[in-house]
Amino acid sequence: MSPMARTAPVPAATDPSIIRNFCIIAHIDHGKSTLADRMLQFTGVVQPRDMKAQYLDRMDIERERGITIKSQAVRMPWEVEGTAYALNMIDTPGHVDFTYEVSRSLAACEGAVLLVDAAQGIEAQTLANLYLAMENDLTIIPVLNKIDLPAAQPEKYAEELANLIGGDPADVLKVSGKTGVGVEGLLDRIVADIPAPVGDAAAPARAMIFDSVYDTYRGVVTYVRVVDGSLNPRERIQMMSTKASHELLEIGVISPEPIPSKGLGVGEVGYLITGVKDVRQSKVGDTITNLSKPAAQSLGGYQDPKPMVFSGLYPLDGSDYPDLRDALDKLKLNDAALVYEPETSAALGFGFRVGFLGLLHLEIVRERLEREFNLDLISTAPNVIYDVTLEDTSVVTVTNPSEFPTGKVKEVREPMVSATILAPNEFVGAIMELCQGRRGQMKGMDYLSEDRVELRYWIPLAEIVFDFFDQLKSKTRGYASLDWKADGEQAADLVKVDILLQGEQVDAFSAITHRDKAYAYGTMMTAKLRELIPRQQFEVPIQAAIGSRIIARENIRAIRKDVLAKCYGGDITRKRKLLEKQKEGKKRMKMVGRVEVPQEAFIAALTTDESKDKAKK
Amino acid sequence: MPSALPLGDPAPADGVLPPQAAVGAGERGFSLYAHIPFCAVRCGYCDFNTYTATELGGGASQAAYAATAASEVRFAAAALDASGVPRRPMSTVFFGGGTPTILPASDLAAILAAAVDAWGLEPGAEITTEANPDSVTPASLEALAEAGFTRVSFGMQSAVPHVLKVLDRTHSPGRVPEAVRWARDAGLDVSLDLIYGTPGESMADWRASLDAALACDPDHVSAYALIVEDGTKLAAQIRRGEVPETDDDEHAEKYELADAVLAEAGYAWYEVSNWARGAGGDSPEGARYACRHNLAYWNGGDWWGIGPGAHSHVGGVRWWNVKHPTAYAGRLARGESPAAGRETLDAETRHTERVLLGLRLASGLPVADVPVEGRAAVAGLIADGLVEGPAALRGRLVLTLRGRLLADAAVRRLLP
Ligand SMILES: Nc1nc2c(ncn2[C@@H]2O[C@H](COP(=O)(O)OP(=O)(O)OP(=O)(O)O)[C@@H](O)[C@H]2O)c(=O)[nH]1
Ligand SMILES: C[S@@+](CC[C@H](N)C(=O)[O-])C[C@H]1O[C@@H](n2cnc3c(N)ncnc32)[C@H](O)[C@@H]1O
Ligand code: SF4
Ligand SMILES: [Mg+2]
Repeated sequence: MSPMARTAPVPAATDPSIIRNFCIIAHIDHGKSTLADRMLQFTGVVQPRDMKAQYLDRMDIERERGITIKSQAVRMPWEVEGTAYALNMIDTPGHVDFTYEVSRSLAACEGAVLLVDAAQGIEAQTLANLYLAMENDLTIIPVLNKIDLPAAQPEKYAEELANLIGGDPADVLKVSGKTGVGVEGLLDRIVADIPAPVGDAAAPARAMIFDSVYDTYRGVVTYVRVVDGSLNPRERIQMMSTKASHELLEIGVISPEPIPSKGLGVGEVGYLITGVKDVRQSKVGDTITNLSKPAAQSLGGYQDPKPMVFSGLYPLDGSDYPDLRDALDKLKLNDAALVYEPETSAALGFGFRVGFLGLLHLEIVRERLEREFNLDLISTAPNVIYDVTLEDTSVVTVTNPSEFPTGKVKEVREPMVSATILAPNEFVGAIMELCQGRRGQMKGMDYLSEDRVELRYWIPLAEIVFDFFDQLKSKTRGYASLDWKADGEQAADLVKVDILLQGEQVDAFSAITHRDKAYAYGTMMTAKLRELIPRQQFEVPIQAAIGSRIIARENIRAIRKDVLAKCYGGDITRKRKLLEKQKEGKKRMKMVGRVEVPQEAFIAALTTDESKDKAKK
Repeated sequence: MPSALPLGDPAPADGVLPPQAAVGAGERGFSLYAHIPFCAVRCGYCDFNTYTATELGGGASQAAYAATAASEVRFAAAALDASGVPRRPMSTVFFGGGTPTILPASDLAAILAAAVDAWGLEPGAEITTEANPDSVTPASLEALAEAGFTRVSFGMQSAVPHVLKVLDRTHSPGRVPEAVRWARDAGLDVSLDLIYGTPGESMADWRASLDAALACDPDHVSAYALIVEDGTKLAAQIRRGEVPETDDDEHAEKYELADAVLAEAGYAWYEVSNWARGAGGDSPEGARYACRHNLAYWNGGDWWGIGPGAHSHVGGVRWWNVKHPTAYAGRLARGESPAAGRETLDAETRHTERVLLGLRLASGLPVADVPVEGRAAVAGLIADGLVEGPAALRGRLVLTLRGRLLADAAVRRLLP
């Protein structure tokens, strides 16, 4: 077994042959960050007294939810047979919303540790991430984790894994990120199996930007992987796509805190700071070169992630609108996937239509805005994007149901995804039923092992992205896992359902649904609003309509009593305080026509049930 | 007095009021409230500051209470003098509770005598005590009248046994007409308190209670919707599902019935929850049976409230005493003000209070008292049928029947 390295290779003077770049990929919660902890510990870059669980999950929101959102790269020394190696490890997120983080990380590596929970086996994101790694032509090291668990079945899953990757079950490593068992062996194996990076040290520098983060104190911090040549402190660098040049104020490696270095050479992974304030000037996927000796050809970039889900974000207090805009601008610096543009809602005032990678992404952005920027927000019901073709063949792209054209619609197209579901075979019937109900088309079914099945569906994004996963979990007692990726579009019989309060349409509550589901949405929403909107001095009809056709109706009866009729004697102060409280309440009302709607009603009506559950956890 | 005390500024130990209290005091009337914080049993719905123990410790026993209260009277007179507020004879006195008549009539007489001693009485002053129907006898009522009391307000609440039971009341329905007769014999004016909307009370039950009250031929009726106060036994029973919830729509219907039945019998409303025999309004001629003490509260008059948890108001300064009788007795024994906190109202708050209180009166709120920002709402209130159109044209906002039921909403619309 290898000892901790006595001397660590020095950045900028490290021969590529002793560098190993790898990332840890897995299904969500299979233990990537915990395994990374043990690596940080065994390689000595984090002292025992500084150690804490999931060390690399640094954001509050990551720690609270116990999930990784952002990839983190760390340089660690490791000695094998007297040679000290430099390992660059990238811990990646497991949730499907953040797949694009994984793909960027993969492009900075030659190998990947494919981690599988030995009590769970292969799950949908195991497959998805494995395929991504294979597309990037990485060397895969299959590893079973959590072998300390009593429920672990290492032999069974080693076989499953070997079947999947090709190879001998005996080659599958067995570790516990919790106890540390097998982790040193894994580090040795990384050195042995993963190829060293290759590049031309004499060529003009080419470094790939794989992440770009805004830091309040230091401005934009850019993470790079050097392919050819070298980058040195205080020289001028150039962004190959924009030709913009910047001075390098600082360059270094993360270990696991930033450590300035004399530069970065071929195959090295590190960070640089140029003093730019806007991440857009340091675009993920761009290639950095030396200004004095620029490279002729840039490295292949990444595709920008495409937002899948849209929602309106509005400040509870209209006067916070400028603060919300600033907050989004700042957050965008860290989150290239975030897109937004201003919109106005008759009911909610000024806000933004924001595009997200998925519901978790939505929730996290919303929570960060509320927490880090101290904003109170309403988010409208999320929806996907539609292309609507009118009779005159013009096409309207709809990201907000209220933009759905009212005129003659010829065709509505909706985004589709390829979904992969893994589950024990006893649940196949239930899953098929669920997917059919969600307008899915079965594309194939394979047995991964005797009792585990992979089902593939082509299914509308709108059907899968909201409450599908919860349904799937409950129908399979939690055993199924799901992965999906965008895959084309289809024409469908989609309609817009409007909600009217006292005859007045409330744009924030409109939704686009399949015609077969319009009635269900209408009755659900009108019933919900009936509960949420307090009685007014007059009767308030709540209707759901497709165009001018009413499909559901509820009624809020007029309030008859709103007076305190009790003898309070001389305690006028109490009476007045009560009035003040009532008036405070009134201030938190949005007027929809003459109807006073509490903010809470908007929030509650627009909160999907599954996001409520997640907030609880 | 309801239990929870407001949060306010600290009040000084000498009880001296800020200068604004004295401004214009000579032109205002002066009233006294005396709180008697004892009851035989606590009713399940009640959150008033009252105690069932006869001995509370620290010198706070029922037996010692009259002397303690009288000492606050003397403290009050001195503090007002020191504040430059001229002594004025009392125009109204009100003994409330708790159950004032749980104390011997001689104790109530002694407290009253101390007050008369300090300030004197206006000719024709109204002197009321609250009473539980089963806490009086012909002799005690006789003695109260003898001591100068002019009026008694009985907590009748209902005439229906199963309703009285839910309310935890100890008296039998027959006791009320009897007590009223004794009060009449003693020469006292009589008011009856009713509560409507008790869980399990039908429309017919309520009608029966109204009829029973009218059969007593009272001078005055207060009818309150049952409020489920936090922390009461009733609130717990409802939470546990042992007693059904109260219903605002039903309250509204019962209020409408009360107003119709009372009007029919010759009682006119002069405040949202109060009806008096004969003409309504707080004009001198209409006010013969209206409770002038309560009108003083609602018209922003000056009064000193003695007793634990009692509230006072003099010239835009409001204060309230410590809640517990033991703390109260301790303060007075040390010669300190029993006030727990106070607030000095600024012009805007006084304005708010004027609207809040004035709009509940049949005499109406002068349109001139509505803040300029709220005037625009007046037309809407008339259009929505909450405020009488013709009276508004004459410069006063008077609530309609519908408006009385939505009075709080009307106030919110008038205030910025
Ligand atoms: N018993 C046991 N539990 C483990 C082990 N490794 C991780 N866990 C637990 O599994 C849970 C998930 O661990 P993480 O390290 O956060 O998993 P992850 O793969 O980084 O999760 P994401 O980043 O959200 O995809 C935590 O509760 C860990 O304590 C292990 O080897 N044994
Ligand atoms: C100070 S209290 C009680 C006087 C006297 N102890 C009695 O109960 O007969 C004055 C009146 O307030 C009313 N009251 C008390 N608590 C109430 C509640 N929770 N809801 C409505 N009215 C209430 C009752 O009508 C009561 O008669
Ligand atoms: S008797 Fe009156 S004051 Fe006493 S508890 Fe009952 S309602 Fe409250
Ligand atoms: Mg993690």
